[in-house]
Amino acid sequence: MAYSNKVIDHYENPRNVGSLPKDDVNVGTGLVGAPECGDVMKLQVKVNPATGIIDDAKFKTFGCGSAIASSSLATEWLKGKTVDEALAIKNTDIVTELSLPPVKIHCSVLAEDAIKAAIADYKKKQAAEGKTAERVAQPTA
Amino acid sequence: MAIKLPIYMDYHATTPVDPRVVEAMMPYFTEKFGNAASRNHPFGWEAEEAVETARKQVADLIGANAKEIVFTSGATESDNLAIKGVAEMYREKGNHIITCVTEHKAVIDTCKRLEKEGFRVTYLPVQKDGRISLDELRAAITDKTILISIMAANNEIGVIQPIAEIGAMAKEKGILFHTDAVQIVGKVPFNVNELGVHMASLSAHKLYGPKGVGALYVRRRNPRVLLAPIIDGGGHERGMRSGTLNVPSIVGFGKAAELCRQEMPVERERLRGLRDYLNDKLHRQLDEIYINGSMEHRLPHNLNISFAYVEGESLLMGINDVAVSSGSACTSASLEPSYVLKALGAGDDLAHSSIRFGLGRWTTKEEVDYVADKLTSVVSRLRDMSPLYELAKEGVDLSTMQWQTEGH
Repeated sequence: MAYSNKVIDHYENPRNVGSLPKDDVNVGTGLVGAPECGDVMKLQVKVNPATGIIDDAKFKTFGCGSAIASSSLATEWLKGKTVDEALAIKNTDIVTELSLPPVKIHCSVLAEDAIKAAIADYKKKQAAEGKTAERVAQPTA
Repeated sequence: MAIKLPIYMDYHATTPVDPRVVEAMMPYFTEKFGNAASRNHPFGWEAEEAVETARKQVADLIGANAKEIVFTSGATESDNLAIKGVAEMYREKGNHIITCVTEHKAVIDTCKRLEKEGFRVTYLPVQKDGRISLDELRAAITDKTILISIMAANNEIGVIQPIAEIGAMAKEKGILFHTDAVQIVGKVPFNVNELGVHMASLSAHKLYGPKGVGALYVRRRNPRVLLAPIIDGGGHERGMRSGTLNVPSIVGFGKAAELCRQEMPVERERLRGLRDYLNDKLHRQLDEIYINGSMEHRLPHNLNISFAYVEGESLLMGINDVAVSSGSACTSASLEPSYVLKALGAGDDLAHSSIRFGLGRWTTKEEVDYVADKLTSVVSRLRDMSPLYELAKEGVDLSTMQWQTEGH
């Protein structure tokens, strides 16, 4: 398997490896894939509550070099985007950027799934937080 | 001492041709170029003489008679010839064949083709150590069984099957016994008479000979095995394999067999020492690594280890100056991990995390040290970025987790 230079670069120097506090209400976590399929991605975003912009993103990936590169690239792209802009990232953008061959397209699909799962988790937490805030707010009103 | 990179540690895939073998082959390309079937001039005679010398050298390596060696293009052809040849020749006696799930594809796919032609095939499972159960083999035998085909040593995990016991059972039941002996011959003692083998597939390029040549051992006495040929033509090789003999390669095969026989007692202990050293060193330096298959019944130059929480292909990418194989076939669209490792009952995640090390004639201790240290650093780095390792360290039981698998 010949890898593109960009895949090799992300594999050797992965950006934003690590974890964010998953209980933080401003952090969304997506965990996608399965060990028996040979790929598991954990992708996290941290949204700035004042601006609504993703100001940090981290990943951890069990998978081939293309899976590592896809998630590493995704975290780079997520930083500085709004939540809606993040949802607009398509797997085909990742395929193009990393020159992934057809057998590795599933890696980019998984990265897109991870982004969507992380944003969904963030939105769920925000919605739950909103309800709690309302309940807390009511008695004092 | 500086070591030369990349390091080759994939001797189960193929071996370099020994320079002594190349030297023996050289005259047979140019001045001694005759056709071994040319009976009426010296060019043919000297080619035939060289082939017969090689036949004897190959036979001596496995305790056979020279007349029992049929030269082929390689072990895939030998497997095909043995299984299809028996199936056609003994069809009136029965239509049942017994083999095993961890066989090489040359055996499994040949059996699958025969199933389409009306044969019934039993694919025996293997136990956790990679060996078949003799009780299950006995239970699978019917009065329609004409052939048992069980490999001597596995190409991925190096596990050696109970060949002598299978041979005894085949004899007792009057069933023919073929074994794919590609990985074992030339490495550890393998004697067709002591083991009760009726047919054995051999390959030159796994024992420091050239590619494109192999042999099928076909027993001539007790019992005399008859095979229908799969290639028709001039009736070479006692009618079992037509086609002009590949004289230079056959000469090389013979020389390679002779060298293996002479050097085996010393070489196999040297490689066992290096393999055990590699295994010990990896276990000292890394936690959560698991050996696939029996350590007791295993080729001395094989090691197959799963590095938990790290995916095989990314591991290979990190050790790109070391040539080894992974049980993960992530390059295929199906993402199927090795069927051999799955058959052992290892979880798919561990099957995806495996590396096969094959040591050989030119492997040195310095190379083993380099490989062990390199693996340690790459595995550690990949575990730092593995969500599975993180979850496991948090105490999460990965086997009980709900994974999102649809569509992948």
